[in-house]
Amino acid sequence: MILAASAGAPAGIPDAMFPFLVVTLIASFVTMALALTRASLGPTTFDRILGVNMFGTKTVLFISLIAFVTGRRDFIDLALLYALMNFIGVIAVLRFSKYKQFSDLDEQESQGSPPGVEE
Amino acid sequence: MEMALDILSWLLIACGALLGMVGGIGLIRLPDFYCRLHAAGVTDTGGATLFLTGLMLQSGLSLITFKLLAILFFLLVTSPTATHALASAALSDGPEPLLDGSRAKRRGGGSSRN
Repeated sequence: MILAASAGAPAGIPDAMFPFLVVTLIASFVTMALALTRASLGPTTFDRILGVNMFGTKTVLFISLIAFVTGRRDFIDLALLYALMNFIGVIAVLRFSKYKQFSDLDEQESQGSPPGVEE
Repeated sequence: MEMALDILSWLLIACGALLGMVGGIGLIRLPDFYCRLHAAGVTDTGGATLFLTGLMLQSGLSLITFKLLAILFFLLVTSPTATHALASAALSDGPEPLLDGSRAKRRGGGSSRN
């Protein structure tokens, strides 16, 4: 269950279902590519944030599917972590794009855009 | 019985992946930021729910199922929040929504159709 099987379906997955699972994995991957395309094309900042948010959501699903494809069920923890980080990241970027800074302290002093952070 | 459970599980996962791809194509194809928000919402709720439910059926009654349930709960709480924050931020200082002619006139003719 811990080690991935080198040939055929890993433990717990029926042989007949394994190709189907790989097809689902590829579909999920294509969706991630589409989301990244929108994130890199997007005319406004909000389009980019939307694309990155969707990319993160699909990453969560992709990792949990990989946990089943390879038989390494502990990858589920990584998916859970990604779900948390994705939300925090989106809220942080939105807050930054609204107030041009990350903290709400000393708003009078630092009105200029902070260095080292883009968008 | 197990075969039926497998088939149901992979059917759910296939529907989830299909909804995900529909959302991804919509994210590329739709004309406006707010329309794209709608397309992303399809992926975030429908796609994720079907996908994770299918995986839960696959893993039986175990700790994995509980973790998948936690992921699902967390996604269902946070992704509408993120979408709402994104939409309200975009509405306050982002692009104008793309409206049709009559609604645009009622709002003062702010947006143009393209």
